Amino acid sequence: MTGAALCFEGIAVRFGEREVLRGVSLEVPEGAVVALAGRNGAGKTTLLRVASRVLRPSAGRVLIRGAPIDGFSRRDLAKELAVVPQDTPVSFPFRVVEVVLMGRSPHLGVLGFESHADIALARDVMARVGIEEFADRSILELSGGERQLVLIARALVQEPRVLLLDEPTAHLDLAHRVAVLDLVRDFARDGRSALVVSHDLSLSARASDRLALLAEGRVLDCGTPADVLTPENLKTAFGIRADVIQAPDGSPLVVPRSATSGAMS
Amino acid sequence: MRILTPMRALSSLSALGVVLVGALLLGLAAGPSGLGVGEILSVLMDRDAAGPAADIVLRVRLPRVLLGALVGASLAVSGVLFQAMLRNPLADPYVLGVSGGAALGGILVLSVGSAFGLGYEAVPPAAFAGCLLTTALLYAIAGVNARFSTTSLLLTGVVFNAFASAAIVFLASMAGLTESASIFLWLIGSLSSIRVEVSGWVAAFLVLGLGCTIPLARGLNLSALGGESAAQLGVDIDRQRRVVLIASSLMVGAAVSVAGLIGFVGLIIPHLLRLLLGPDHRLLIPASALGGAAFLVVCDALARTVLDGRELPVGAITALAGGPLFLWLLRRYHQRVLS
Repeated sequence: MTGAALCFEGIAVRFGEREVLRGVSLEVPEGAVVALAGRNGAGKTTLLRVASRVLRPSAGRVLIRGAPIDGFSRRDLAKELAVVPQDTPVSFPFRVVEVVLMGRSPHLGVLGFESHADIALARDVMARVGIEEFADRSILELSGGERQLVLIARALVQEPRVLLLDEPTAHLDLAHRVAVLDLVRDFARDGRSALVVSHDLSLSARASDRLALLAEGRVLDCGTPADVLTPENLKTAFGIRADVIQAPDGSPLVVPRSATSGAMS
Repeated sequence: MRILTPMRALSSLSALGVVLVGALLLGLAAGPSGLGVGEILSVLMDRDAAGPAADIVLRVRLPRVLLGALVGASLAVSGVLFQAMLRNPLADPYVLGVSGGAALGGILVLSVGSAFGLGYEAVPPAAFAGCLLTTALLYAIAGVNARFSTTSLLLTGVVFNAFASAAIVFLASMAGLTESASIFLWLIGSLSSIRVEVSGWVAAFLVLGLGCTIPLARGLNLSALGGESAAQLGVDIDRQRRVVLIASSLMVGAAVSVAGLIGFVGLIIPHLLRLLLGPDHRLLIPASALGGAAFLVVCDALARTVLDGRELPVGAITALAGGPLFLWLLRRYHQRVLS
């Protein structure tokens, strides 16, 4: 249990009367990409907020390599764990390179001027994410998809051991979706881990080692994507009838038929 | 790629330092008795300077010019801090009614403080308290954590300002202060009645404010992309907010207690400097101190010379420059938010 890069133990969260999470237990092993899926409002984003300690659970705890996150200072937690939000409010015209370099903050001193090594890292990451050509543009001028890539670059520059991504491909075209998921796979290659919230089941099945389905505030099922993506689970989690077929590489492809109950409610 | 390096920050600040020195010399030269720069410099360099020129420069103009620089710096820096804290480029202690709260605190002590044995030295703490209270109210009422709350924020500021002005006039009338020039000072802002006894507060609070907030500058940059996001990058948001709130309230409180309600400095200077130097608070905070100082000294020089033989309150000059700029910024802001 304590060997996991990130471990949720019995996490419960309520917003007023509404119980969003009712005892979620989930492990993200070292070196693994875990996909997190579930219908809108299932508590996926809430779980990521609990992991990054911007939201306190009413019960349960989160461990990073066996240590409870409450014992970390904010800075130390930011060295362990980076978050790519769905989108972000921007109030001042920071340039893309400045936003990417913000990812170095947990590693910098009081006045926080970046070293040559920090800048070289940012250049390298921007090249890998494919945003170097607009490094000097204002973040206010970017499209939703471009902004999402900038936030991914910022998280990579943070050099965390665990990456939490909240629908990182929501605003992206197909080519960029594949590219981003490849980046996440590369990230996990040398013992680091990622937890990716995604609505694109087929694509995240290909990119992840494990897939967890959230329903009714609990983990409905967790395992290899092929084991978890069954018509029964999809019906329980999303209220839809779906066929699951095999892609030529063996990964599962979800083909929805029609809603059987309450998916739109 | 343009990245802020210590070298770039230093050269920008040096350039602004030169501008400030120029503004100070202009401030010392401006006035009814025309003095040349050479004359001013010789008075400043000579330890035993005497005569009418020395009197004018050292006794009359220098205290006023230095105070103007301190007040301008305090107002501009608190403008930057309010904008960073509220994540809104239109936030300014004057526009939001926070300066009004400070003035109300000050006038309260002046009008009824004597009954409790309070003298002029109690004005800065009272102005600070008024400032802090107004900012806290602003937080509570306008719900500044919500996105796109600019309208409610600005409306709250309008109401605060109207209330503060009415209360100031009411209190001043009650205490018979209307006959003196002080009511004018409190409502429009002027550097004409220098209170040497409280000038030290302005300098002390400015140094303290800069000392506390420059180390937070990087955290303020991160906050521009949302408080939660900044927390996930290691910023202690609650602590940052507390420090910024107290530091800016101290600076505004001190500035208002010596110079009254001088408006828009906290809006004009940060905006201009953001255009010139970018939005990075590591540079923007100290740059605003220098820029705000230079700006108010020049405005005060104008106030003293633009009407022959008479003096305008410097607040009238800053408001004449700042009002149109504010409207232009508001229009631009809405275009951006709605587009």
